Amino acid sequence: MNVPAELKYTKDHEWLKIEGSNGFIGITDYAQGELGDVVFVDIDPDLSELVKGESFGTIEAVKTVSDLYAPVSGKVIEVNSKLQDEPQLVNSDPYGEGWLIKIELTDKAQADELLGSESYKEQIS
Amino acid sequence: MKQTKFYDIHEKLGAKLVDFAGFKMPIQYTSIIEEHKCVRNSVGVFDVSHMGEVKVKGEKALDFVQFITVNDASKLVPGKVQYSAMCYEDAGIVDDLLVYKINDNEYMLVINASNIEKDLRWMNQNNSFGVSIIDETEEYSLLAVQGPYSDQVVRKLYPESGSLEYYTFTTAVYNDIPLLISRTGYTGELGYEIYFKGNVEQAEKIWNDIFSFGHEYKIKPVGLGARDSLRLEMGYCLYGNDIDQTTNTLEAGLGWITKLKKDNFIGKNSLLKVKENGLKRKLVAITSDEKCFPRHGYDITLEDKKIGVVTSGMVSPVTEKPIALAYVEIDYASVGGAVNFLIRGKEIPAKIVQLPFVKKII
Repeated sequence: MNVPAELKYTKDHEWLKIEGSNGFIGITDYAQGELGDVVFVDIDPDLSELVKGESFGTIEAVKTVSDLYAPVSGKVIEVNSKLQDEPQLVNSDPYGEGWLIKIELTDKAQADELLGSESYKEQIS
Repeated sequence: MKQTKFYDIHEKLGAKLVDFAGFKMPIQYTSIIEEHKCVRNSVGVFDVSHMGEVKVKGEKALDFVQFITVNDASKLVPGKVQYSAMCYEDAGIVDDLLVYKINDNEYMLVINASNIEKDLRWMNQNNSFGVSIIDETEEYSLLAVQGPYSDQVVRKLYPESGSLEYYTFTTAVYNDIPLLISRTGYTGELGYEIYFKGNVEQAEKIWNDIFSFGHEYKIKPVGLGARDSLRLEMGYCLYGNDIDQTTNTLEAGLGWITKLKKDNFIGKNSLLKVKENGLKRKLVAITSDEKCFPRHGYDITLEDKKIGVVTSGMVSPVTEKPIALAYVEIDYASVGGAVNFLIRGKEIPAKIVQLPFVKKII
């Protein structure tokens, strides 16, 4: 199971990658494996803000639908438009091209409350 | 938890195994969509050994089968297969099944894994014909080889299988193991189902040989996930989803197997009444141009009113459009009719279409 050390994680299997004051959010390798083939990612294209802990969309996989929860609050910079035509990127490259949303963090301290890679690994083992 | 003879193979292949009807079964090996496309474009192999095989033997075997099933088994000759269903007195469906005529005194009924105990109880309860009802599920392995190149593969097990017509079967011997090969399946593709008895070693040998015969066609193992998506693209009913004891064959679109002119059979009077009173609802096929994923239990609405419910739904791996089977009130159940999927409180425009969702020549 791939759990990159440099990322932050939630119990709901999202990851957060911080770059300066911005952050990328996606779902973990474990999550994509559990969901199976992702058929589409449903995030409102007009979404402007994420609120920590609240749902910002859904991910539809062949076997089930799952809510996406914001690991931190922030202003939406970009929704990964590539997923419109290639939702399977979430399966094949969950930490790379399969990212879901890019935000500007409202409060960077919120990231410290997330799980580190070791704690997340424990949770999924 | 029961295992099929191929359990070790599934584990070695890294299949995702799930509990299904008391068996540990592979739901997928790599990807449901990939496996689905492999069957549509080339050839795939399913372990469906969890299915139930029940032999009915005796002088009155035909009379018994005629009494407990809705189709006309007297039309069968040895070597023919028939799709049928068993109903309760009130027309609710006990199970859908395949009926194989072995000879005048012997039939094989292939039933759903999740219904084996219930079906056996039902058969025994209604055996006033003195037939032997023998459950051979544990002994039988069953592999479904499905896809446009399946004939090339099965021919190498048994050269004459190529001449099998749809819904017929033959017996053969391969490596000293008797096989029953039928041209049947649950995918809409050219395909075969291979029944045999044997130990793990013999079963694994047949599996491995099939895979070496299919190597040039990029043959793949296919799990129950793709089995479900393949059957839904064709609009085939799945017991427990689209049909059960609360539905009848007429509203489920299975009128073609319901032979109301046949002599007395269980459920006949109720089915005649259903027909006389007219259907209240019908199982219909629904698709949409919108991006959405209909699932079992979602409502079908029209002008804010619930008019039906989805029994099976998904996004077709072939058309990439949402497809669903749903029971819809009869007044709204015509092909071409506009309806909505209600998905998390949002109405999504859809329309009723003719089956199958994916056109196939089998």
